Amino acid sequence: MKSIVIGVIGADVHAVGNKIIEYTLQNAGYNVVNIGVLSSQEDFINAAIETNAPLIMVSSLYGHGEIDCRGMRDKCIEAGIPHVLLYVGGNIVVGKQDFDEVKKRFYAMGFNRVYGPGTNIDTALSDIKEDLGE
Amino acid sequence: MAHILLIDFGSTFTKLTAVCTTKQDVIGSASHFTTVDTDIRIGYHNALDELTKRLGFKPSFDEVIACSSAAGGLKMAAIGLIEELTVEAAKRVCLGAGAKVDLVYSHHLNKSEVREIVEHKTDIILLAGGADGGNSECVLFNARLLGQMGVKIPIIYAGNKSCIDEIEEIFTEFSIDGYFAENVMPKINQLNIHSARERIRLLFLEKIIEAKGIKMIESEIDKVILPTPEAVLQAATLLAKGYGVEQGIGEIVMVDIGGATTDMYSISHPTRRGDVVLHGLEEPFAKRTVEGDLGMRYSAKGILKSLSKEEIHSIKQSSGIDIEAEINYLSNHVDALPQSEHQEVVDTILAQLCTYKAMSRHAGKMEEVYTPLGKVYNQTGKDLSMIETVIGTGGVVINSKNPTEILAHATNIHHHPFELRPEKPRYYLDKDYLMSAMGLLSQKEPILALQIMKKHLLPLN
Repeated sequence: MKSIVIGVIGADVHAVGNKIIEYTLQNAGYNVVNIGVLSSQEDFINAAIETNAPLIMVSSLYGHGEIDCRGMRDKCIEAGIPHVLLYVGGNIVVGKQDFDEVKKRFYAMGFNRVYGPGTNIDTALSDIKEDLGE
Repeated sequence: MAHILLIDFGSTFTKLTAVCTTKQDVIGSASHFTTVDTDIRIGYHNALDELTKRLGFKPSFDEVIACSSAAGGLKMAAIGLIEELTVEAAKRVCLGAGAKVDLVYSHHLNKSEVREIVEHKTDIILLAGGADGGNSECVLFNARLLGQMGVKIPIIYAGNKSCIDEIEEIFTEFSIDGYFAENVMPKINQLNIHSARERIRLLFLEKIIEAKGIKMIESEIDKVILPTPEAVLQAATLLAKGYGVEQGIGEIVMVDIGGATTDMYSISHPTRRGDVVLHGLEEPFAKRTVEGDLGMRYSAKGILKSLSKEEIHSIKQSSGIDIEAEINYLSNHVDALPQSEHQEVVDTILAQLCTYKAMSRHAGKMEEVYTPLGKVYNQTGKDLSMIETVIGTGGVVINSKNPTEILAHATNIHHHPFELRPEKPRYYLDKDYLMSAMGLLSQKEPILALQIMKKHLLPLN
């Protein structure tokens, strides 16, 4: 069973979406490692190393996602998991911005998948299956 | 009527406590220097003679059980993967089993670290790493390296369950004295203490006490059954929780300041609040931390190292004491007992510093996080702020003229608002040094042990 680390990054306490993601991924047969709200980049990375998870899914609902996610790929490289997949989703930037531009910025930061507000979890699920080769 | 003799073979003293089950109390106690270097029985006999003299008759004991921290105690090395996760879990298991854990390693070991483990005369290695089903590469690497380096120290494997078979093969290939226990961290942030702790205890009884020349006492007594710090932890847990109809005294913190270490115990839930977000590895209900760099004599230099220039200066200003000079003297004269008022003040200051700094490391931390939804409290570690009972033990506290002024340093007297220390506790003294003996007695007579502890605990202030 493959492990996926999920959680809400930064000073963000939105827990509802986090529970929905946990429920959906568990039903899809994954070992979900939910580190919960108010999590730091290090919390995500440490959990991924101990559980040998190929994928980290970062949620952010409060608009500060861009600041909170900066440098995360570099830390993964430092921690010895350079190839871990990084997904991010939610209200990840402040205000109404062109989402294609937002995606580009997150890709440049080393994220593999970027989801905007209102994305259905099933969309992400089919990406997960594709990326994890299932 | 039954008499039970409880023995604590300490690093310095062999302490005897005699209990009568009819009188339901301690009937006498005595001590003598521990003689583990020559023959542990000599010190025991001398203490027994002293006890007989004090009692005025030669008692026949129906049961004689002992705990031991003699010959360096139980020395363990804890190995894990990530510092905040399996490394911390492994360390907590060792401490909870009553071990001293000077060596702690994360990620892949290197050869010099393995040499360090061997040179340090480690008794048991606890090898962990990876949640169940998670990383196995690191523990396999570490097990193999320990094997390749010819390590003969017993190794308990308590890591990722999914690679137990490969670990077993490595143990066999290199003829490692290997044992198995459940994973110390089966899931992220979930702490699993019991299985590994039990395995450590069995190994201590089967092998370690023999190797240290303690087992020869078993020709004269029934059994050595626990490492001393585990006996103390069990006594503290019983005292807090109670047993059946005999009520405990509720959540407690206990401070034990010795010559080489300061041990801090908290028997409490991690938090009583509903409005905090808990972070990090799960906290054990019965938690023990040991500060090997904070002690009254052997580790006095560690206290000095932890002080800033400003703190040294302010001690000088407030008490006129040159703490640097005093510490240098005491760490070279580890047998020195205070003979004058001045020396008593020095010991009090050192004990206060040990208490304050050990609590700073033991207690949890609270961080206020401002989110768009308002202020949120983010807690790591244990919240001890509501704890109403702080118990002091160890020579310097018990013999102090004013133990409260030492124990008060467990609270937030220096106003670090984010440290979750006890706020307004009542203070008690383990004046008769009964904790380890009652931990032993609790194995046979838990209610009696609890009643005796409650009776002998001296309320201060």
